[in-house]
Amino acid sequence: MRNKLVERAKELLADGTVTRVIGWKRGEFSYDVTPAVFETAEELEKDFVYDGFCGANVSKYLIRESAKEGKILAFLKPCDAFSFNQLLAEHRIRRENVYAVGIPCEGMADIGKIRSAGIDGVTGIREEGEEFVLSTLYGEERIAKKDALAERCLVCKSKRHPVYDELIGEEGEDLPDDARFEAVDKLEKMTAEERFQFWRGELSRCIRCNACRNVCPACTCENCVFDNPDSGLSQKAAADPFEESMYHIIRAFHVAGRCTDCGECSRVCPENIPLHLLNRKFIKDIDELYGAYRAGENAENKNPLVSFREEDAEPSVVHERGRA
Amino acid sequence: MLYLKAEKLDAFLARAAETRKLYVPVDSEPGRSSYREWTPGTAVSRGLHTTRSAKDFFFPQTENLAGFRVEDKKIRVIDPRAETEDFAVFGVRACDARSFGILDKVFLADPVDTYYENRRRHGLILSMSCRRPAETCFCKNFGIDAAEPEGDVRFTDDGDGWYLEALTEAGKAFLDPLADLCEDRDPAGAEAAKEKTREIVDRLPLNDLPVGKFGGGKTKELFDRPEWAELSEACIGCGTCTFVCPTCQCYDIRDFDTGREIRRFRCWDSCMYSDFTKMAGGNPRLTQKERFRQRFMHKLVYFPENNGGEFGCVGCGRCLASCPIHMHIVKVMKRLGEDENEQ
Amino acid sequence: MNSETLIPHAVVVDEVRADTPDVKTFRILTREGGKPFDHIPGQCAMISVPGVGEGMFSITSSPTDEAYMEFSIKKCGHLTNWLHALEPGMEVTVRGPYGRPFPVEDELRGKDLLFIAGGIGLAPLRSVIRYVRDRRENYGDVQIVYGARSKEDLVDYEEILTEWMSAPGFTVNLTIDRAEEGWDGHVGFVPNYVTELNPDLAKTVLVCGPPIMIKFTVKGLSDLGFKPEQIYTTMELRMKCGVGKCGRCNIGSKYVCKDGPVFRFDELGELPDEY
Repeated sequence: MRNKLVERAKELLADGTVTRVIGWKRGEFSYDVTPAVFETAEELEKDFVYDGFCGANVSKYLIRESAKEGKILAFLKPCDAFSFNQLLAEHRIRRENVYAVGIPCEGMADIGKIRSAGIDGVTGIREEGEEFVLSTLYGEERIAKKDALAERCLVCKSKRHPVYDELIGEEGEDLPDDARFEAVDKLEKMTAEERFQFWRGELSRCIRCNACRNVCPACTCENCVFDNPDSGLSQKAAADPFEESMYHIIRAFHVAGRCTDCGECSRVCPENIPLHLLNRKFIKDIDELYGAYRAGENAENKNPLVSFREEDAEPSVVHERGRA
Repeated sequence: MLYLKAEKLDAFLARAAETRKLYVPVDSEPGRSSYREWTPGTAVSRGLHTTRSAKDFFFPQTENLAGFRVEDKKIRVIDPRAETEDFAVFGVRACDARSFGILDKVFLADPVDTYYENRRRHGLILSMSCRRPAETCFCKNFGIDAAEPEGDVRFTDDGDGWYLEALTEAGKAFLDPLADLCEDRDPAGAEAAKEKTREIVDRLPLNDLPVGKFGGGKTKELFDRPEWAELSEACIGCGTCTFVCPTCQCYDIRDFDTGREIRRFRCWDSCMYSDFTKMAGGNPRLTQKERFRQRFMHKLVYFPENNGGEFGCVGCGRCLASCPIHMHIVKVMKRLGEDENEQ
Repeated sequence: MNSETLIPHAVVVDEVRADTPDVKTFRILTREGGKPFDHIPGQCAMISVPGVGEGMFSITSSPTDEAYMEFSIKKCGHLTNWLHALEPGMEVTVRGPYGRPFPVEDELRGKDLLFIAGGIGLAPLRSVIRYVRDRRENYGDVQIVYGARSKEDLVDYEEILTEWMSAPGFTVNLTIDRAEEGWDGHVGFVPNYVTELNPDLAKTVLVCGPPIMIKFTVKGLSDLGFKPEQIYTTMELRMKCGVGKCGRCNIGSKYVCKDGPVFRFDELGELPDEY
């Protein structure tokens, strides 16, 4: 697949369709790829990668890249394509400056999961059927791909690209949502106190590095309230013990209805806090209260939280449910 | 030489915890650990690194600097400083142990930061040799020996237990009353364990970074290198690298109104943040390129320039493991260290 | 005084003078009267309104002003808005002094001095000017070239007219950016005016003002034949601690709060262009 992408990118560069390509760049150890912009065939040949470790969502970079002169080729996994579409809906990306190529995704591995399976010192990884074969400082190790997959990929929402100019590989389909909401179900079944304790336990590890916010394709405010000294909320660390919780709660509310559940927040969290569960709870609620809705499905629909229909749930319904 | 068998560790820690607070690394989930206060029954992590570094003990993420109360239009200034209780940190690796010396060069330089100094004076470092370094480790580049960490008491791990050595007076005072829990063994065993560590360290993949291309006096050569643009291109401007880093020590000072008083506190800050140098009248580091460059120039050029050549990095590899986009000091050093004619 | 550099002490605002529409000068005293600490011209102090924040400001009074300390502050942000609302009798906190001063007792002694300032840039130089005036015997001739957008934007205008212009050996050249009624002095930008005045190359220069003014002034001086070693300026970057530890005011390996704020231009030339 990697070679296919490189060949296509070279063609599109050569025929002048695009001037730049955004994708993923080789790292030191197979798993540590970096999103990167490539400008020449040589750069692509040398450093472009596409494999089971290219989890980073490149859509948010297109805000900046599409503002530049010339068209950029963006390789979009299904997740990235949903984010891209949502950003288009929010008028954050100049569509005419992006040539979107949908690419297939079989799920992305999470080096954290490999490490927590007790495999350390990983210096190289190759795929062999349904397994990853890992060269480590302490000998060769194997792990089933499914055991190395990121949580968000284990409950993948869709293999389909809601937007693209061109597709490489076969188009996939939406996947059933049941598994995706299992963890939310579990949280809903807790008592309020249990749920509070669960989140306090998770969020108390937060180091307020802002990685979740900065990586989030739905967080595109030019001046975030948490950085703006005039907002009254600006803070860099916990001034009081509830501060981190407020940060994450406010952020979850702000991206509600716009979050595509790409899972980048949880991927980047250095403390492994399952932040995506906050967003996923909102997604589930919106589905249940206002009918199935998928942010990023298309670039025209208004999200249910900012559009009013007569048959919308009454606020009292929301209120009642909130007490449950 | 004193030797502590693994099965005696609990008894050892229990006794140590009688005289001071004792912090040990504890697994929070497989492959991930953090420091916790030891209490009976606490299982000590055998993992390599805590997610956050040990700097937190001396330079916590937030701390109160002063308090203010306004009474009859008069401002009453409250000094919150109090003498810290004695404490010990167990399981500090060589990289983190070295980081304290680097932090000292900032906080103990004139004028001494009394908040830091107070904790430093009361904190005992029980350091631990490495037995299973990670692929992300590169301490050797900075002259750090993972087999012989600095600290007050050094624990040399041979897999079944630890050879113990007091390296300072404070370490000796701590260790002497615990000697009865240890047995006496031939120091050759410790040397053999150290050799084993060094053998592994010698085959780590990141041992040959072009350290010589960096250091004091290299500002002119490195500051305007065009590679900064490409290196910083994917940086999302979060503070992860800075916050997990054992040597990053930049801070912000903020006020917080508790309702009863104004609390002035300091908290970790990051040069990667867009508002780090922002002033009412402008910002000298307008884009992520300048902010990214600052972080690495500080560690690799400015810090050594001001501190007798010592680098501001200990090669712990936390930023390699944590950066959301895997752009870090190793990639920066390799890229900038490439010979011009190789490009 | 407190032994800890990060813990400030409360002081009383004794007097507030509105210098221009957006600059006020605050005279502060300890509760017992007198100034909170000694300083050397060019040094700064951290002033804070608890709950609002802290900021670094040049001390604009002179060490020879023995009874009080003054700060001239332009309203340009969150903290300065609050400071401008202060009335006499209210309290603020202060800590300092910070930074490397102008070398008034070393390199500047015996020299003919040329002060060049634009707008609020006069504030840090005022301390030196008052010091030199009070220690007249230690310095040569003094020339002050000062400009602002308009007449009402000239800081310390009264003091310039009543005290500086009449001081022995002082020459004052004022300019404003655009002609206006009631102004028969020079009109034009500071850098051009300096070139027109064609100062004696033996003078030692102290310049402060907006970055763009400094840039063109120094270029003009250099074209006239002044060497970087003869020119001093004082820098302003964001500061939090004031003691070279919080890590944000560096230019290359130098911290403005500790190694500056006063720099000689040959020293600045050694630093990366990031200010």
